[in-house]
Amino acid sequence: MNRLDQYASIVGEDVIDQLRLLAAQLKGLKVVHVNSTREGGGVAEILSWLVPLKQELGIDASWEVINGTPQFYQCTKYMHNALQGNHIDIRESLLKEYERINELNAETLRSKLEEADVVFIHDPQPAGMFAFCPGRRGKWIWRCHIDLSRPYRPIWKFLRDRVKSYDASIWSLSEFAQPLPHPLYLVPPSIDPLSAKNVEIDSKELIHAYDRFGLDRRRPIITQVSRFDRFKDPQGVVRAYRLVKSFLPIQLVLAGGGASDDPEGEEVLAQVRAIAGDDHDIHIIVLPADAHREINAIQRISDIVLQKSTREGFGLTVTEAMWKGKPVIGGDTGGIRLQVINHHTGFLVTSPEGAALRIRYLLKHRGHLEELGAKAHQFVLENFLITRHLREYLTLMLAVLSDNQDRIEVS
Amino acid sequence: MSETFEVKDCALIAISTGEYAQTLRELREKVLTAPPTSIYYHFWGGLLRPRFDDPEFQNDFAIWASHSLHDKALAERLALIDPSDYPDIENLRLEVLDTLEERLDESERLSLVTADHRFYFVRSQIVVFDTSRRLTAPEELVSAIPSLSSGSIFYHVIDARRRLPENKDDFTIWISSFGPDYQELVDRIAEVDPYFTNLIELREELSTVFMDFFRPTRG
Repeated sequence: MNRLDQYASIVGEDVIDQLRLLAAQLKGLKVVHVNSTREGGGVAEILSWLVPLKQELGIDASWEVINGTPQFYQCTKYMHNALQGNHIDIRESLLKEYERINELNAETLRSKLEEADVVFIHDPQPAGMFAFCPGRRGKWIWRCHIDLSRPYRPIWKFLRDRVKSYDASIWSLSEFAQPLPHPLYLVPPSIDPLSAKNVEIDSKELIHAYDRFGLDRRRPIITQVSRFDRFKDPQGVVRAYRLVKSFLPIQLVLAGGGASDDPEGEEVLAQVRAIAGDDHDIHIIVLPADAHREINAIQRISDIVLQKSTREGFGLTVTEAMWKGKPVIGGDTGGIRLQVINHHTGFLVTSPEGAALRIRYLLKHRGHLEELGAKAHQFVLENFLITRHLREYLTLMLAVLSDNQDRIEVS
Repeated sequence: MSETFEVKDCALIAISTGEYAQTLRELREKVLTAPPTSIYYHFWGGLLRPRFDDPEFQNDFAIWASHSLHDKALAERLALIDPSDYPDIENLRLEVLDTLEERLDESERLSLVTADHRFYFVRSQIVVFDTSRRLTAPEELVSAIPSLSSGSIFYHVIDARRRLPENKDDFTIWISSFGPDYQELVDRIAEVDPYFTNLIELREELSTVFMDFFRPTRG
């Protein structure tokens, strides 16, 4: 059975038939995706399913990863933080390194990129390559996965100069979209229900997970899965846990890994370890980027999942938890707001105190916890699986190739 | 002789207009100048995009008035606007403007209230494609409807009203061409309200209508 047929058993035959019909219009099209890391982080995860599915649908899709230097990744990490609102002025030498690496990678990939019918450039890291591919013949689309709702303007201006000439851009939410002189498509991301991170796991393996991570099966588990990043507010999560701990015997899991393009993670991890101190009920679990099945098991054995971010692109860890029938207590920001619907799929909070209050409420009202979890699963099934995401990519490719008319009829 | 029915499908893709509002007065100004596809999207687009089915409010303006402006009275009035009652987008826009202006007239204070979150104006592009599926007689709809994608339901029921001067769905127009024997079926389809529902429920409602009409006991 091919991959698409397997999804049909989850989302329905009609959904898969629709994808095949849309893709029939794009058969043989050369499509290239470019990002900065093969593993770790939401973008690499999306590309790891998106590209093979496009291939299965007859599109000549490929995925290229740029190579950088430590200085380049330092620059793009600063850029990432500045674009999410931190006032960070990046040294001229680092910005020059950004340009140099983009030029070098463009040289390596030039013939492939210039020949492609559609090029998707993901996030700021490879965005500068556009200027170094003057012979491009296809449409170039910049895909922004970051919360750009309140960027630090000098850095946004630097990036804007590099993306404004693209044919279109894609944003996860309308509040992230910044004015640019081309169509600003809105496409929320999604999860793959058949990936190691989301596939069903049997009870034997779940029991093994308790033992492996030293967790007590009899007491509630509250979990946050994310990179160790300031915007994910792991310190706030520890504070919320402590506010609940004095009333209920809960355990906290902070599970995450690093990504090869994130040099700041170690520093944040050290700070969280220091705050946790010698509390044996705080489990800081650092996993390699490919520990998808372990993350899956941790989410499934949790009672409640937190994502207390203060800034968030979309929050795929929220989607994953909801798919597993867990209510999510999330920060009232970015894509979390699109997924966590107060009193329906979880709760939105703005402080550690708010998170603590909701944890206590849900653990006290188990029936409501189950009800919210069931609604959360259904909401993801209908809206945030890769089949919807794939449909939107196919649709926007057709739209961009048809010169952006409001109504496009294809035969 | 009646023509065959060409089953089509469609997909919507959302595009930010870059415009937003954070007060009621700003909303009124932006509604005045928003592209027609944006007004359409905020009433009908929710059917084909990720959105939690709000049990109370069906259009984006009403949801924003309730959740971000916390003006329940306005939200209720906006929620009552059924886009299928209006012959075109411009008439629908005027109704929204009337509702917003009426609320602004009631209290000067309301124009100063800042919403918790902005209302972002979005427009859409629609891509329509042929499924190669053809129907030659109305009876075939009984087996066809349950297997149609939500995009097909949107195209033939919702989009048809914007596309066709008769302001009717494609099924009604096609079935009517088979003569007076099917008038009862046409009337039953007209009773299905496409607005206060989602596409899966709408498909089920239509399916029930066709199944009931073509039951073997008939005639």
